[in-house]
Amino acid sequence: MIDVLDIDGVALRRGGRLLFSGLNLRLQAGEAAALVGRNGAGKTSLLRAVAGLVELEAGTIGFGALDPADARAEHIHLAGHQDGQKPARTAWEELAFWARWTGATEAAARQAATALDLTRLLDLEVRRLSAGQRRRLSLARLLASPRSLWLLDEPLSPLDADWRVRFGQIMAGHLAGGGMIIAAVHDPLPIPAKAVEIAAPEAGE
Amino acid sequence: MSRAMALLSREVALAWGRGGGPLVSVGFYAGVATLLPLATGPEPTRLSAIAPGAAWVALALSALLSLDRLFERDYEDGALDLMTLSPVPLELVCAIKCLGQWVATAAPLAMAAPLAAIALGAKPQLAPLVFACALMGGLAFSFVGGIGAALSLGARRGGLLTAVIVLPLFVPPVIFGGGALDAFTSGLPWRAGFALLAAYAAAAVALGPIAMAAACRNALS
Repeated sequence: MIDVLDIDGVALRRGGRLLFSGLNLRLQAGEAAALVGRNGAGKTSLLRAVAGLVELEAGTIGFGALDPADARAEHIHLAGHQDGQKPARTAWEELAFWARWTGATEAAARQAATALDLTRLLDLEVRRLSAGQRRRLSLARLLASPRSLWLLDEPLSPLDADWRVRFGQIMAGHLAGGGMIIAAVHDPLPIPAKAVEIAAPEAGE
Repeated sequence: MSRAMALLSREVALAWGRGGGPLVSVGFYAGVATLLPLATGPEPTRLSAIAPGAAWVALALSALLSLDRLFERDYEDGALDLMTLSPVPLELVCAIKCLGQWVATAAPLAMAAPLAAIALGAKPQLAPLVFACALMGGLAFSFVGGIGAALSLGARRGGLLTAVIVLPLFVPPVIFGGGALDAFTSGLPWRAGFALLAAYAAAAVALGPIAMAAACRNALS
């Protein structure tokens, strides 16, 4: 369980361009942050940096008393645009595999599928799912995983209005259980969250 | 451990699912093995002399076919991102993917190889050694090929790049395996060649995943 996330003075550089610098964010258990900023500002890159996939130009990302490698191995789940679900496999095969990969039980995966109203779709191949259904499948994987820090990249985009509300309740439930959420968003999150503006440094860099 | 097994079975299932990938490799192999006598002339003595070597080189080429997708799909669809967020080290993930490639592709090829060699005119007694060499060589081809596949991640026309990176690394196993087959045919001691092939495969299994994981991390960052 991650108790605290400390992003301290972080700068990121992608493809030779400085995206942002001096970014600070401190999250306690039960808190959420919404990353806002224009396209290409570096919201996704920041999520990937927290997940350890992108190297920092400057600054540190700490997880309280936890070793960063352990935190990433056991306590972080990243739900991005690319969901890693193979079109030719059935929804259940994919959900079951990823549940096991993140350390969830099969019962938790079934429960998550029910919570996201996927039970009737589990026998279908992933390619037959609509964009929204496919997103719900990756959110079921997220919900099933016993991981406390959720990194969400525009989690709401393909969901309809009804599901946005329901996913808001799921996120609220995760926070109430002591979890943490960082979400890159364009629309406001349906839960209370610290807004973090990701913006390029002033000209003259 | 259960994670590793789950990944292995997923890899094998995906390899079979991707348009019957292994069968395409076997079909390609059969095609190359059929082309050779057409190019060299059907004279049995000449053909049987080159049969083991021809079957062996065709095998190395067929092993290349499905390599380019080994990491690329998981890289493009984000699965590789999620695989790094796990207690399973990325090195082991890479090793399991290559092992899956071996089970799904090299094993069917190894079964086709003795048939091809005999069809080209090799002695039937050679069949077990061809099978063993194909199995062992396939292990080397999968793990060395994995390095090329990982290094070409994110490159345009990665498949071609993979082949260019990997083919020079296929030289030692092709020499060792071909040498063993040749020695066996002429009644000479063949064990040394096979042992060298096995040693190369062992080195590839031990060192390949380290290189693959480094290449994957580089591509992801």
